[in-house]
Amino acid sequence: MEIVETDIVVVGGGGSGLRAAIAAAIADPKLKIALVSKVVPMRSHTVAAEGGSAGVIRGDDSLAKHFDDTVSGGDWLCDQDAVQYFVEHCTEEMVQLEHWGCPWSRRDDGSINVRFFGGMTVQRTWFAADKTGFHILHTLFQTSIKYPSIERYDEYFVADLLVENGQVRGVLAIEIATGAFVLFQCKAVVMATGGAGRIYAQNTNAGIVTGDGMGLAFRHGAPLRDMEFVQYHPTCLAGTGILITEGCRGEGAILTNKDGYRYLQDYGLGPVDPWPRPKAMELGPRDRLSQAFWHEDQKGNTIPTPKGTVVNLDLRHLGAQKIHERLPLITEVAKIFAGVDPVTQPVPVRPAVHYTMGGIASDRTTATGIAGLFTAGECSSVGIHGANRLGSNSLAELSVFGKVAGEAAAAFARDTSVARSAAGIQREATAAAGGLEAMLLSDRGSRVAELRDAMGACMEHGVGIFRTENGMQQACTTLAELRVRYRAGVKLDDHGKAFNTEWLSAIELGFMLEVAEAMAHAALQRQESRGAHVRLDDYKSRDDENFLKHSLARYSVDGPPAIDWQPVNITTSPPRQRSYGGAGKQAELT
Amino acid sequence: MTARSIRIECLRYDPATDKEPRWQGYDVPYEDDTSVLQGLQYIKDHLDGSLTFRWSCRMAICGSCGAMVNGVPELSCHTFLKDYAPGPVRVEALENFPIIKDLVIDQTDFLNKLEAAKPYLVPKEERTLAEGAYNQTPAQLAEYYSYAQCINCLLCYAACPQYGLTADFMGPAALALMHRYNTDSRDQGWEARAEVANAEEHVWGCTLVGYCSEVCPKSVDPAHAVNLIKLQSAKDYMQPYAQRLKKVLPL
Repeated sequence: MEIVETDIVVVGGGGSGLRAAIAAAIADPKLKIALVSKVVPMRSHTVAAEGGSAGVIRGDDSLAKHFDDTVSGGDWLCDQDAVQYFVEHCTEEMVQLEHWGCPWSRRDDGSINVRFFGGMTVQRTWFAADKTGFHILHTLFQTSIKYPSIERYDEYFVADLLVENGQVRGVLAIEIATGAFVLFQCKAVVMATGGAGRIYAQNTNAGIVTGDGMGLAFRHGAPLRDMEFVQYHPTCLAGTGILITEGCRGEGAILTNKDGYRYLQDYGLGPVDPWPRPKAMELGPRDRLSQAFWHEDQKGNTIPTPKGTVVNLDLRHLGAQKIHERLPLITEVAKIFAGVDPVTQPVPVRPAVHYTMGGIASDRTTATGIAGLFTAGECSSVGIHGANRLGSNSLAELSVFGKVAGEAAAAFARDTSVARSAAGIQREATAAAGGLEAMLLSDRGSRVAELRDAMGACMEHGVGIFRTENGMQQACTTLAELRVRYRAGVKLDDHGKAFNTEWLSAIELGFMLEVAEAMAHAALQRQESRGAHVRLDDYKSRDDENFLKHSLARYSVDGPPAIDWQPVNITTSPPRQRSYGGAGKQAELT
Repeated sequence: MTARSIRIECLRYDPATDKEPRWQGYDVPYEDDTSVLQGLQYIKDHLDGSLTFRWSCRMAICGSCGAMVNGVPELSCHTFLKDYAPGPVRVEALENFPIIKDLVIDQTDFLNKLEAAKPYLVPKEERTLAEGAYNQTPAQLAEYYSYAQCINCLLCYAACPQYGLTADFMGPAALALMHRYNTDSRDQGWEARAEVANAEEHVWGCTLVGYCSEVCPKSVDPAHAVNLIKLQSAKDYMQPYAQRLKKVLPL
């Protein structure tokens, strides 16, 4: 097996991985950094983020407001020390991206423009038209080229993490083009592999968003935190789940049901006027909007289509010029994938799974339960999103905590001595490679697609927008059965080593099934309703007495994960009722 | 609605078993909104798990899924099977690149060229974070914005006859990206990248066929970018002569 000796391995070449690699390179140019990703960095899913990234910049805004919006948006399940650090560093990170060339949209005088986003009191979302993630990702990727200590391993699939005595020692990867195993020996790892949205049947996520990093850390003893909180984005295309950005509503788009009625006013987000005003109607948070859709659907107020029921996202009143300038990607996507021109027709939308609020539990410095393992971005749970993430906080998160993780990994690598035997690690890697190779040869059992589709359907049904004891229990049972079938063998048609994506998707499926179990079991045991976790059974309201705490899912090999609980770090904002809508002043759109 | 079906013929190549690429056909059900990519996914999920192709975002922004569809470079995610009815539709790896397996090409050469273009901001004036963002008016942004839309999907390389003939040629996307930074008001511009651009195999390798701009799914217009770089490169070339002439003939 080829062995690559390096100081730091960054797993994942999306926004947080690239930001971490650059931060580590700047922190100590002498450190060797391997950036290992299963795709070439610019294919990473950060590319598909649309609406924008938060950072306080306006005179009428403040860090305290960003803090309050985030904590109440997360239904008080946020770790407030992490939120405080986050809001204090968002803006400088947005400026840093600007200095690296990110083409932020501007006001006429050449200063940065910001737009409204759901659940935010003031305009604070920096945007690059509606391709913000695309521009951030390409800016970071292109900037990373400047740093010679970052060595890229594009299209290397990280299949295992090597941990010895509670300390990370390396990663085992597959060079996809050849199928060869490569052992990266290192002192620190930054896990930055993104979310796990592909666990669900209908989602906005790219095919690569399969929870690999969560699964890897989980298997090696790092707990997954708050996994029951899965965000449904309220405006996606039916069938494909392709995302229609919240930026539409930030620019003034409205949602109507089959009668042309702005139904959000019936779900605690009204009254309609004065419109627009922050944190009301279409500028409410994602959990509330997706839940309102579900109710409208139950009432028969949605519009049936062959791909599912929808409501209308109406942009027409914004006018062609604004739509084309601010929302060009949405215009293109709606035309190509939904056959409608937003300038003249409303866009049919429904909720789809979008974001994994939980992830690998880490503290404010991105350190996890495994020494030397740091984590950032969607695969992590640094504690800023709580029970519901606000739109535009995740792009900011990958910059802010990507940098923290890179610097922390660099410091850890510098302080870790090299004197140690590598024999144990190499043995472990060889054993892991043997298991993966056996999987490659498997020609009996279920097909990948069969297990994957059954998983997606059971999660939508049992662990969706609204949940019941029975439904969640059913999902847990189905997942356990699917894991048994998975262990019995996945039938592959392709047994070759070169670029075997069927083999890789079978490995990914293993991660997804385990991460899905963490979601379902944490959901089942959270006997309350909070943020994106809403139950229709006996636990319809928030229960701070018993559940103002994080869930922690711990791996237990072949069985279901063990769930225990961890206190929430509350510094300045004691839990209050979350409130949206109500009276308010009309705001001017920028 | 009755289920319709179309035949997708894929160019297959497995380096372990095939001497030459070969065609293999599959019958795939489709609806009006079924993309070529979804057709390929159907094959992989249900008919033949060994068919190999790259894909990810399936919304034309990640640049993974380029392929020749009936001989034309396309993103397979936003090309629809109904437009090729009654079929068959032929799908093969992007032209001008070595094939790793089936529809998967080796993109290493492109990545090297992209890096050679110095595609990062070389600031005119250094600024600290505390000093805040650079000022850039919407008009200045518009100067380079269309060239910043490239998703590196490589359709333009598959379309470029010059790249097919001369592998040294830097190619459309890398040159467009170079132009994107050269024209950014925050960047030092031309001086930072002149040496790379002026090389024979770089900007002057282009013979201006223009097919690159035609196939670009993001309207980047690399052919125009290349032309503008040529203009700058020609000025550079003429500069010493112009100055000598000025000395001799003080006009």
